[in-house]
Amino acid sequence: MSTKAKARPATAPVVFTANRLRDGRVVWLGTAGLWRDAITETVPFAPEAAETGLALARQGERDQHVVGVYAVEVDLAGPTPLKFRERLRVQGPSVAAEAA
Amino acid sequence: MPLLEDGRLRPDDWTSIEDDAPLPDGPAIISLDRLRAEAAALAGRNAPLGVAVAPETQPEEIAPFLDRLALVAVRMPKPKDGRAFTQARSLREHHGFTGEIRATGHIIPDHYAMLLRCGVTTVEVPEGTDPATWTRSRDAIRVGYQAAQGADRPLSLLRRKLELA
Amino acid sequence: MNALTYPPHARTYRYDEIDREFLQERIAEFRGQIERRLAGELTEDEFKPLRLMNGLYLQLHAYMLRVAIPYGLLNSAQLRQLGRIARRWDRGFGHFTTRQNIQFNWTKLEDVPAMLEALAEVDMHAIQTSGNCIRNTTTDEYAGATPDEVVDPRVYAEILRQWSTLHPEFTWLPRKFKIAITGSPNDRVAAQVHDVGVLAKRNERGEVGFEIHAGGGLGRTPIIARKLRDWVPEAEFLAYMEAVLRVYNALGQRENIYKARIKILVRDLGDEFTQMVEREYERMPRDRYRLDPEIVAAIGAHFAPPPFASLEDQALHADPEFRQWASASVRAHRQPGYASVTISLKPIGGIPGDASADQMEAVADLAERHSFGEIRVTHVQNLVLPHVRQEDLYALWGGLRAAGLATPNIGLISDIIACPGMDYCALATARSIPIAQRISERFASLDRQHDIGECFINISGCINACGHHHVAHIGILGVDKRGEEVYQVTLGGSATNDAAIGELIGPAFSYDTIVDAVETLITTYIAHRVPGERFIDTYRRVGVTPFKDALYAPA
Repeated sequence: MSTKAKARPATAPVVFTANRLRDGRVVWLGTAGLWRDAITETVPFAPEAAETGLALARQGERDQHVVGVYAVEVDLAGPTPLKFRERLRVQGPSVAAEAA
Repeated sequence: MPLLEDGRLRPDDWTSIEDDAPLPDGPAIISLDRLRAEAAALAGRNAPLGVAVAPETQPEEIAPFLDRLALVAVRMPKPKDGRAFTQARSLREHHGFTGEIRATGHIIPDHYAMLLRCGVTTVEVPEGTDPATWTRSRDAIRVGYQAAQGADRPLSLLRRKLELA
Repeated sequence: MNALTYPPHARTYRYDEIDREFLQERIAEFRGQIERRLAGELTEDEFKPLRLMNGLYLQLHAYMLRVAIPYGLLNSAQLRQLGRIARRWDRGFGHFTTRQNIQFNWTKLEDVPAMLEALAEVDMHAIQTSGNCIRNTTTDEYAGATPDEVVDPRVYAEILRQWSTLHPEFTWLPRKFKIAITGSPNDRVAAQVHDVGVLAKRNERGEVGFEIHAGGGLGRTPIIARKLRDWVPEAEFLAYMEAVLRVYNALGQRENIYKARIKILVRDLGDEFTQMVEREYERMPRDRYRLDPEIVAAIGAHFAPPPFASLEDQALHADPEFRQWASASVRAHRQPGYASVTISLKPIGGIPGDASADQMEAVADLAERHSFGEIRVTHVQNLVLPHVRQEDLYALWGGLRAAGLATPNIGLISDIIACPGMDYCALATARSIPIAQRISERFASLDRQHDIGECFINISGCINACGHHHVAHIGILGVDKRGEEVYQVTLGGSATNDAAIGELIGPAFSYDTIVDAVETLITTYIAHRVPGERFIDTYRRVGVTPFKDALYAPA
């Protein structure tokens, strides 16, 4: 299970992401602890509140909704992940043939 | 903790003894260090003696003591740490050990059939374990492409047998 | 669909009732494990090794199911079924891998039991395509067809498959374990960069024996394997393999995942490793592990030559476009009048190794018409029709063209190996596929590709090196540098008999400049080559300096 959130303290706002247990699809932590398909429905946490968010997100693992929770630093416009890898997770593969 | 043997739970009549505690009269499991240190004194003991070996212990290291041991406990510190399988198989195959081989540590039902096939006899399981989950897992696959320990037939890819209970 | 509808002469191992029973039991077991996971009885930490042993990964965007293609052999019914699975449970594609397997990138956990049932209908499964166990053995894609074959490696690959299936002692190894076997003196399986590489050969009496290498590998510590033994007699083959695995299981590192492969143990112990294997081997009860000749014969019967017609070699059709394709794709066969054909899964600008459901069905049809219904998957992510009549080649080419499968680039610069990279893989640190696509587009001119000649470009999207970049003539490794993708270049690698690890040439290139860098390497080669030299030959003769100068010269 990913523990990237612990790797270093966040310096930008974070959102929480995971893969849904049943189908593996990318999901984002929204309001009331609900996991959403779209990053636009996610709830950002200030860097200093990241631990609180992580605890909420981990509940989704314990409830067997999601797998591999971790924090993603974002620009609040969008929100848009700062890292290319996470933007790929939002957009899907950059190669055309198999994109839905 | 209870023991699983032949798919049934039974109480454990062995006691694990710390290195600095006195040995009781009943069946006792000690560490390899203590076994080495007190080998001479232990030779006169009448009650059954067992040793708990670490995953990194090579069976050769306990070979000199095996004739006075009734039990060897092997341990899986994590479900994916499979050194115990080789230890158990080696104890049976190379050292002819016929006593109890007990598997301890973080063991899940999905290990059960393979442990038995490597020569393990008992598994230490948590309180409240449902043995049915373990026997289901043990019996899920009855075909073995390799000969199990204890089987009298040589490895045969074409004459593979239903070797589990 | 079952074995009854298999093409009668396709030489794949035919399951018997025991094999089928085993597979059904295994599916039932995994279905139960999935149910326990969904019900919360298994944590992800407990479930993960179980799902991995059934080929199920959790990737960036979804689960991925990796299906075993035993030593790369398929019959047409199986390939057709893979196409059906791609259409029903994926997005209409499958991705052939460097380990001769196929991956479905858009799998749902709850669909997995149904997918496994569909695979079982054609005697296929996903067992041991992942996890710290003995993986699918790979072998020569031209087995049973190539003129230089001394021993048919399929027989022993199948024996290894059965022996390693749910092996009770070796299912929880320190790390994954990959075996490659070849029966030809010309290594086409990269034997020396596998955990165990086996060279099957014959002694002067014609008996079969095995030269065993261990401890090769790529990843972050690329190492060429150490030869353990020059000759293990056939009857002792499995005993010796057991001995190697036992020493590894007992002593392999388990604390640090990057040091857990057998190559680290072999490197650290050196000759002592060989001695330990020998000691274990010497004391084993040999009768118990003996590989009986009757067993070899019975399994060998599955791979008997198909009913070849008595033909003579003939000249190729004169069509120049056909001839260009044939010069890259058609290979000599041991049987007069026949040839082996490699089908490129590397269309210009395409995803290396991808095949659509339609293409899988088209290849299945063509295999039935022209190759006894038999197909091979290569470790270069292409397909092979092993036994094609030379008189049928022109018609086959037409069929492949119609399916978009006749790119004449086998062994050329656009025949690129690429791992899935960051577009799919959760471990990747950079993308691989788009780099392959852009290189392929840059060198789109087939005349230019044929002029450049044999040149292997391999691309990995992280240090784990699934794209085998270390053993490419031009290797490209994508890494993350402060959130940006950058690409390192290695030169001079080889995966054949002269196995070599490529040399890192200098600072990395950006996503935007890596294709220019490849072009610079090629123009440098063209400028320095003498007639008849391939890229690798020129590199070995002139050394790294001209290439370095060209790449890093001040503008």
